[in-house]
Amino acid sequence: MTTEDDRRVRIDRLKWHCRRSLLELDLVFQRFWARYGEVLGTDDETVLTRLLELEDHDLWAVVSGKQAIADPDLMRLVERLRAT
Amino acid sequence: MSYTVRKFDAVVVGAGGAGLRAAIQLSEAGLKTAVLTKVFPTRSHTVAAQGGVAASLGNSEEDNWHWHMYDTVKGSDWLGDQDAIEFMCRKAGEAVVELEHYGMPFDRVDNGKIYQRPFGGHMSNFGEKPVRRSCAAADRTGHAMLHALYQRNVKVNTEFFVEWQALDLVRDAEGDVLGVTAMDMETGEVVVFHAKATIFATGGAGRVYYSSTNAFINTGDGLGMAARAGIPLEDMEFWQFHPTGVAGAGVLITEGVRGEGGILRNADGERFMERYAPNAKDLASRDVVSRSMLTEINEGRGAGPYKDYVYLDLTHLDPQVILKRLPSIHEIGIQFAGVDCLKEYLPVVPTCHYQMGGIPTNRFGQVVVPQGEDKAVPVPGFYAAGECACASVHGANRLGTNSLLDLLVFGKSAGEMAVDYIKTNVKAHKPLNLESVEKTMARLHRLDNQKDGSNVHETRMLMQRTMQKHAGVFRFSYLLKEGAAKILEVADAVAQTGIQDKSKVFNTARIEALELDNLIEVAKATMISAEARKESRGAHVRDDAHDTPETPDGRDDANWLKHTLWHRDGNRLEYKPVQMKPLSVDTIALKKRTY
Ligand SMILES: Cc1cc2nc3c(=O)[nH]c(=O)nc-3n(C[C@H](O)[C@H](O)[C@H](O)COP(=O)(O)OP(=O)(O)OC[C@H]3O[C@@H](n4cnc5c(N)ncnc54)[C@H](O)[C@@H]3O)c2cc1C
Repeated sequence: MTTEDDRRVRIDRLKWHCRRSLLELDLVFQRFWARYGEVLGTDDETVLTRLLELEDHDLWAVVSGKQAIADPDLMRLVERLRAT
Repeated sequence: MSYTVRKFDAVVVGAGGAGLRAAIQLSEAGLKTAVLTKVFPTRSHTVAAQGGVAASLGNSEEDNWHWHMYDTVKGSDWLGDQDAIEFMCRKAGEAVVELEHYGMPFDRVDNGKIYQRPFGGHMSNFGEKPVRRSCAAADRTGHAMLHALYQRNVKVNTEFFVEWQALDLVRDAEGDVLGVTAMDMETGEVVVFHAKATIFATGGAGRVYYSSTNAFINTGDGLGMAARAGIPLEDMEFWQFHPTGVAGAGVLITEGVRGEGGILRNADGERFMERYAPNAKDLASRDVVSRSMLTEINEGRGAGPYKDYVYLDLTHLDPQVILKRLPSIHEIGIQFAGVDCLKEYLPVVPTCHYQMGGIPTNRFGQVVVPQGEDKAVPVPGFYAAGECACASVHGANRLGTNSLLDLLVFGKSAGEMAVDYIKTNVKAHKPLNLESVEKTMARLHRLDNQKDGSNVHETRMLMQRTMQKHAGVFRFSYLLKEGAAKILEVADAVAQTGIQDKSKVFNTARIEALELDNLIEVAKATMISAEARKESRGAHVRDDAHDTPETPDGRDDANWLKHTLWHRDGNRLEYKPVQMKPLSVDTIALKKRTY
């Protein structure tokens, strides 16, 4: 596989991991991919992978601004999600 | 394309509440059990359930299963089968206590008993006044439930296949079910899960509508697989709608917003509910509000570029009240409508919430089909439970908190019956029918080789808009008629979808195309069943079903007290009687449903 193929697989896997149990999250991630899908860097991929480890209700609490997370990298990504 | 075969005693498709509950039964019996799921189990849609699970424990005040049964039959507008309803309501206490033993952290009262709260439609003393019947774990009931069930499965060695998409049911020439074909998303590999018993627990198909409160994962895969394998779908015309979902997004706006003074307005800014319900206005019941909204839209007074929504106005309310009493609404408006509800109107539309129909089963979770005079003959080796199944306990309208109960009770039943079937009837796997497997391979081959194929996203959108307009919350006979023709045109486009990306590994375009194959079966079943049912009952409300002494609120028991069965083959409909006889008590007699 080429590097480009590798990237596509990683991105597609991440995209699938953005399919969540709550519609609110599906919608937020749908917008995020539409905006950043083409330009997401490997660092972003790593941070997103970590963010996606959160349980859905916790993730929504963070994305909807009800809760904060200490990790500055995660928080920066959350800000982008909120602003998309 | 090639495939491999793996053998299990049982395969469960779906790892939401229903699938996980069924799998416990199988694994505890020592059977080699595979659970397939498109997403990690605790990301199944069951997580979204917050309200709780119904059980007449009577912990806070007097309650019993007779009252619960009465409410469920009445809620179903008498379309629910009374044997299955009695069975479910009697089993509710046991189901909740079992869950507690699996570690579910229910809210408790001071004496240590499970705390119970009231929920719409659940009453004491045969409909007299609201009763506390819902058991919850804060506002994360579904989530806590899935965790408890998943942990229990891990303990009893259930084998999970996460990020596997089941594609088709495998049946032999005699009609017995021998497992499923499935694709490993990670590699694109197709595997036949050859099993002695197969249980479907794939959840609902709420994404068939344009506006839906359901997560993207709810694409009715089990229903599509069953329909393609010749199993009819039952009562698919019945969908529960919520009046206020954010237009274009579906996210639910709670009734509390109108309770706090929110007003519905049409494109001209008129407070239209004054015309439809002069007394209750915006606080009229769900169906009245939804129907009024739809009439405004259909008569050209909807807002937006497609004139397909109305407004919810909160701008006259004190911002402090909104932010204090309805904190999430402000955020939802900003995130999903791009609207600051303190200053602007929110666009809202009646939104699909829950699927009452599904794969026909009896109260044991066995899938049943008509054969000659007998309308409910079990299909050997095939079981279904949860939102994909129709037992039928919800009939024409589900009561809140009864669906989590449904998936616990019938998930367990289906598991128990499958254990019994495997241990007493099938000593060895029946030989695989390769013809059945070839159908999956042909479907994949078609998708990969389609020339000038239709775009999956656009075709899905067309289907969703057709459903929303022609078979929405309130149904007009002319729209249903047109819709039945239109949905068949959409089905033609679905049969010719194409994908650009043909790679095997984690190909989400392919996954979504295959999901659309399932959604379209649900769409056809819904539209055709709805067009045919010439009455109003529960969630199916038509403009031409009139309120007369013989047909109160348009419900026509003389002609329509029966379940619909839609067959994919030729879009044929047939009907079967409602089971009016409970197991041990008298029939709950027909009467007009008023609250
Ligand atoms: C916002 C919201 C709130 C709700 N609140 C309540 C409530 O408070 N109380 C209540 O009783 N009900 C509630 N409901 C309804 C209830 O949540 C659902 O009916 C119920 O959770 C469905 O559970 P299930 O096990 O049938 O399916 P799901 O939980 O949807 O699980 C389906 C499973 O099937 C898998 N699957 C699907 N297709 C395939 C395939 N092709 N291959 C492999 N795996 C597949 C999925 O990965 C998933 O694991 C609510 C619904 C919504 C939308």
